[in-house]
Amino acid sequence: MPIPSRHRSLTLFAAAIAAQILLLALQIRRGQQVRLIRVWAIESVSPLGRGAAWSVDGARSLWNNYIALRHTREEDDQLRTEVAALRMRNAQLESRAAEADRLAGLLGFRDAHAEVQMLAARVIGASPDRASHMVFISRGSRDGLRRDMGVITPEGVVGKVFAVYPDTSQVLLLTDKESGVGALLGESRAQGPVRGTGEPLLGLEYISNEVKVEPGERILTSGQDRIFPKDLPVGTVLQVQPDRHSPFLKISVKPAARLDGLEEVLVLLTRQEFNFRKDADKSVAVPVASAAPPKPAAPATLPKPAAPATPPKPAAPTPPPKPKPAAPVAQPKPEAPATEPKPEAPVTEPAPETPDNP
Amino acid sequence: MEIHTQYDQYIEVHKYYAGTIVWVAILALALEALLPVYFRSAAILELPLLVTIYFGLSWRNPSSGLLLGMAIGLAQDSLGHTPFGMYGIAKTAVGFVASSFGSRIDVEHPISRFLLTFAFFHVHNAVLVVTNRLLLGQHEPYLEANLIIASVVNSAVAVLLYALLDKLRKPS
Repeated sequence: MPIPSRHRSLTLFAAAIAAQILLLALQIRRGQQVRLIRVWAIESVSPLGRGAAWSVDGARSLWNNYIALRHTREEDDQLRTEVAALRMRNAQLESRAAEADRLAGLLGFRDAHAEVQMLAARVIGASPDRASHMVFISRGSRDGLRRDMGVITPEGVVGKVFAVYPDTSQVLLLTDKESGVGALLGESRAQGPVRGTGEPLLGLEYISNEVKVEPGERILTSGQDRIFPKDLPVGTVLQVQPDRHSPFLKISVKPAARLDGLEEVLVLLTRQEFNFRKDADKSVAVPVASAAPPKPAAPATLPKPAAPATPPKPAAPTPPPKPKPAAPVAQPKPEAPATEPKPEAPVTEPAPETPDNP
Repeated sequence: MEIHTQYDQYIEVHKYYAGTIVWVAILALALEALLPVYFRSAAILELPLLVTIYFGLSWRNPSSGLLLGMAIGLAQDSLGHTPFGMYGIAKTAVGFVASSFGSRIDVEHPISRFLLTFAFFHVHNAVLVVTNRLLLGQHEPYLEANLIIASVVNSAVAVLLYALLDKLRKPS
């Protein structure tokens, strides 16, 4: 395009000035010996680079933060659902792990006392009556349970079978007012019944004021109630108070078994004596997998109803077992081996039906 | 060398003998380099600038004026230690402006020559300072007492020099 004549000199002037400025830029060095022309070139190009980078970043941000996230809500909902399911699954697994631990404890206890016939049962319900401390267990007369059989956990005495139904039984806990167990003090061996109070704590009665009892002392079964074998843990002395109006001490006992959180229990099918003092350590933490094969069960005896800890209620659905000397041994279901952690499986092998020799 | 411009029909354009401008420019540059050696005070003179102003005002053609200013400025740069183009830019600007002014006002009167030279001297210095600041990053002052004295001295010398150079014109 031709330049108008009136602007020709001005154009020439601008060109001359620009050429000389360029000439200067080629010579002058700035800063760290960088030629000015290079500084100008970089500074003139860098805004373009910055603009391009800004545009690319903006486009990328737009893509990453908006367009690529168009399915995020669905994914978020899906992940939330998945998290909720996993949490539930985790809770189930934790519960199963805890259950496995408890069952391992039961199995270890059973293995440590293989001479005693026991049947594991799951607690399936509690008594709707708050005044009575009872639970329902998943074993009944079809499993060989009879009234007044002792119910324990590896920690200690729980109570006794109060009523028996075909597939379930009702257990009267130690804390019930009607409940009781023949007991003795671990140190002095002084004997007296432990009775329920309707409260979480028990009471040890008929211990003379002259007997020295200290808090923390262990209380064991005496075996005289003909329900529990001797030397089963009942609880520990919590508080001792002399009674000025009575020749006996007032002793509060904390139950050895956790009666407020029972989930699995053992029903004693016989009154075979436990050797807790010798096997106290063996009864704890015996691995399930290494459980020894069950020994041939000793002849079992049914609990005699002669000295029940509580008076039998007339509403009991099953009659109290008759003190027949030839009563059959409990017949646990042989559906599962002893080493399986299923709570429904009997811990003991089916015992031979030998006649009882009281 | 004879130069004709579009303004010939309106304003008198002075013509010079061939080689006059070249020799005058070379002489100015040589004196600029040699005089301070013998007379230290002669360093205050800016003979190449005065020559540029004179021929710019006489020719009254901006294109020729800026080219002459650029040539003299670059030659001055080549003789000095300044970056090549510093004086070139300044004298290009002065040559362009002087040619533009010369075509519009009377530049024959000594007073107007004195004032114009005084003004162009400061324009020249201002362009130098701006170029120094912008390109070299040096912070030189725009105005100093020495600069005022130098501008006055150069303007006074210019009146005499221009009268002398007027003798080199071709008779009209």
